[in-house]
Amino acid sequence: MYGEEPLFGLLNRIGTPVEGHQPWPRYRLGRDGWLRLIKGLAGNGWSLLGLWGEPKAVHAAFREDFSGDVAVVSLDCPQGRFPSLSAVRPAANRLERAAHDLYGLVAERTTDPRPWLDHDAWGVRRPLSEQPAAPVPNPGPYTFLPVEGDGLHQIPVGPVHAGIIEPGHFRFTANGETVVRLEERLGYVHRGVEGLMQGRPVAEAARLAARISGDATVAHSLAFARAVEAALGIEVPARAVWLRALMAELERIANHLGDIGAICNDAAFAFMLAQTSQLRERVLRTADSCFGHRLMMDRVIPGGVAADLPERGTGLLLELVAELRRRFPPLVAIYDGKASLQDRTVTTGFVSTELVTRFGAGGHVGRASGRDQDARRSPGYAPYDELAFEVPVLTEGDVNARVWVRIREVEQSLSLIEQIVARLPAISRGLDHPSVPLEAGRGGEGMALVESFRGEILTWVRLDGEGAVTRCHPRDPSWFQWPLLEAAIGGNIVADFPLCNKSFNCSYAGHDL
Amino acid sequence: MLKHILTSLTGGPVTEAAPAPADPALAELAGKLDKAAKARLGRSLSIREVDAGSCNGCELEIHALNNPIYDLERFGIRFVASPRHADVLLVTGPVARNMREALIRTWDATPGPKWLVACGDCAVSGGLFAGGYACVGPVEEVLPVDLRIPGCPPRPTDLLAGLLALLETSAAK
Repeated sequence: MYGEEPLFGLLNRIGTPVEGHQPWPRYRLGRDGWLRLIKGLAGNGWSLLGLWGEPKAVHAAFREDFSGDVAVVSLDCPQGRFPSLSAVRPAANRLERAAHDLYGLVAERTTDPRPWLDHDAWGVRRPLSEQPAAPVPNPGPYTFLPVEGDGLHQIPVGPVHAGIIEPGHFRFTANGETVVRLEERLGYVHRGVEGLMQGRPVAEAARLAARISGDATVAHSLAFARAVEAALGIEVPARAVWLRALMAELERIANHLGDIGAICNDAAFAFMLAQTSQLRERVLRTADSCFGHRLMMDRVIPGGVAADLPERGTGLLLELVAELRRRFPPLVAIYDGKASLQDRTVTTGFVSTELVTRFGAGGHVGRASGRDQDARRSPGYAPYDELAFEVPVLTEGDVNARVWVRIREVEQSLSLIEQIVARLPAISRGLDHPSVPLEAGRGGEGMALVESFRGEILTWVRLDGEGAVTRCHPRDPSWFQWPLLEAAIGGNIVADFPLCNKSFNCSYAGHDL
Repeated sequence: MLKHILTSLTGGPVTEAAPAPADPALAELAGKLDKAAKARLGRSLSIREVDAGSCNGCELEIHALNNPIYDLERFGIRFVASPRHADVLLVTGPVARNMREALIRTWDATPGPKWLVACGDCAVSGGLFAGGYACVGPVEEVLPVDLRIPGCPPRPTDLLAGLLALLETSAAK
């Protein structure tokens, strides 16, 4: 953009590059440099990709949307304090609160200093810092933001919800039926994934990565694997690269089918759920026949994939594509033609392009509000550079637009599966297993950006010379989508919350870690 | 849509035959249910699902039980919205410490006779998350468990077999 300084231009002036960080550079900044970075962030379009802590340092990743340049910046904070990014990048707030709860890092001049993941239940404070502390003897209640006005009442919901769904707390403030404000409180599903990964061999950490969020297990495994491979400089067999994309697209189709039906079900149109859940089951069974697990958990591993397709695998996949091509379009026509459905989804749960851009939200949430980002295309990774696909983008920003983005993505993924099956490379000779062994004795730092069905996953990893993980930070797309759900529900009626929530379908487990 | 409905009416059910109740599950349950409970429940079960820290993989498969292919409701088993309506708590996850109290309160809100089913490897043993600062471990460290359904996640047929075992046992004379 005219008149703005390029990301690398600024970073080269204020920071020093760190060796051994792949594939994008990492810069170490001083405190002055960090403050200048904050100043620079205020006036340009660099998206925040993630922010994570260590006992004595904080890291943040950015992308210059215009050029696609990606960089990580780090600030040593021996006193455990760093200037907050939340005033210029509001999406940073919850990440900073998480870094505080886990590592004890204090974000100075933050917009919101309340705890986030720590609910005073762990029996320890800042568990991953150098000196974990004893719990607070009498912790007070969590303070929700004040809401004042005539005729307002509050509706607390959760953490145990009415449906078969993950736990989280929603505090609605309503005037009659209209929601004035929604405040989320998350962290209930915090299992300590980052802490459990520390010191584990890569193969074990990969199993944890696969369980960050079960519905995006392929995408999270892929992000972890790619980050490890980047850190170690490993080349994955060509066939494994293509099989990974195959699994990722199957996962995307299965989730979108389930969600499209569930959204309609929340609009009291159960017919669609009955139909799409059958299609979803069809996809899962094909995944099971092809990869030996319905959700394809632990099938993408660092170095390649855990299992190859059986002999009849490609045939099964083509049958699946043919069947979905036959059965899905009539359902789309029904969705589009029912006034009772459109009445609930059109203009409901609106999120503006400005807000989506400000928070750097990806996936169907961003793309339904005009944010044209897809990690498969930019920064891009193999084999998508050799595949033809479109990234559907709409601008209406409502529940209906999010449904349509999903519908279009299902169609694109079907085409991708066909292309992948047609061009799947044969197993290279001498390899009876489509993966390469990880060499010990080499360490490094790596990062990966991978597109899940929900949006962009960032995984950053540091490995020691023994092949163990010293620090790993997986950032689920939900981090940047949850705050927008609060905005989407404002002005809608309470009964439309399930529709808004389902159209986002943010992960609780992926967010809480 | 009319065409769809006609096809569904004439095409026969898509629902598949149920698996046999799991034998190990039957053995585990035997003797746990007293006669009063059996008389009151008959052949129906209302289940309240509680996610106590799962990765949501188990939830996806539990959801699948409601689809027309597994059609859980044909057995008189249904998922309910409140613990007040439930006979069974179906608990997933390695009990995140942040969820411990909510789980106990949900159990306390469930009227007796009641059963607790631990669903998935995490709920059964703590899985990969056992031993961390953030998880308690298996569900039985928090509440008494009547039935364990292992798997990561359990397949819908495994879930169905386990729940049918619960139903058979509770209806037995």
